[in-house]
Amino acid sequence: MFWPEFRSTGLSSDLWREMDRLQQEMDRLFSGLSPTYARSFPAVNIWEGEGDAVVTTELPGVDPDKIDLSVRGDMLTIAGVRDAEPLKEGEAYHRQERRHGQFVRTVKLPFRVDESGIEASFERGILSIRLPRHRDEMPKRIPIKTT
Amino acid sequence: MAHEIQAVRAQSPAGVEHTRDRKIFIPPVDIVESKDAILLTADMPGVDEKNVHVTLEKSVLTVLGEIEPVSVKDRKLAYEEYEIGDFERSFTLSDEIDPDRIEATLKNGVLRLVLPKTEAARAKKIPVKTA
Repeated sequence: MFWPEFRSTGLSSDLWREMDRLQQEMDRLFSGLSPTYARSFPAVNIWEGEGDAVVTTELPGVDPDKIDLSVRGDMLTIAGVRDAEPLKEGEAYHRQERRHGQFVRTVKLPFRVDESGIEASFERGILSIRLPRHRDEMPKRIPIKTT
Repeated sequence: MAHEIQAVRAQSPAGVEHTRDRKIFIPPVDIVESKDAILLTADMPGVDEKNVHVTLEKSVLTVLGEIEPVSVKDRKLAYEEYEIGDFERSFTLSDEIDPDRIEATLKNGVLRLVLPKTEAARAKKIPVKTA
């Protein structure tokens, strides 16, 4: 879901969860703005494969042309803006729960990324980014000799 | 977006259960009233146009968006910050809505509903004169 709380299921490993918790602690320490720090937006899910990872995030109503993706080493940055829809003459809000404005989120990936092979798609309000693992960081298989 | 809206789990009426074992979320909405209609906008990321169901029963409007569970091929979920599920929410409408002229569109995961007021509801407004 959109703007979720950080809930983990049995699927995510404890290590990731721990890293995330630490990162949040750090964010809180350094932001110093408020005791209740804003959770990072947008929330991401990371799917890991053999030679790559897929990051998905929910950005409903965001114009894909206004999404900015950049990668540096193992850091992925997603930036963008969701435009406000101004009221027309004679219209009035009953409720306004959907947020708009700018957002930026940097996610640390589990490996360095081959920047030339990144693919991103935007479908039904969900952004998915495929990030291939850098050649130098591919897992190497080590044969075990038996005597 | 600096503010946080948390994914709110929808509450089923007591004793009523959904047949599908899937989470249901309450989508954040904007509701705007104009002279002739009520406009409802709801965030439903991951929902396809053909899986949106809008029903109006008496004065209760229900929107339901079903997602198709996605799984990224050959990869396992290593880290999860958000969960996916269907979206459902009901509203009681104060104005009389013409159910035959309701329009629904879905684009980029955002559902937009135009709920036109009936002629009667529009005519019902009584201007208050000041002395």
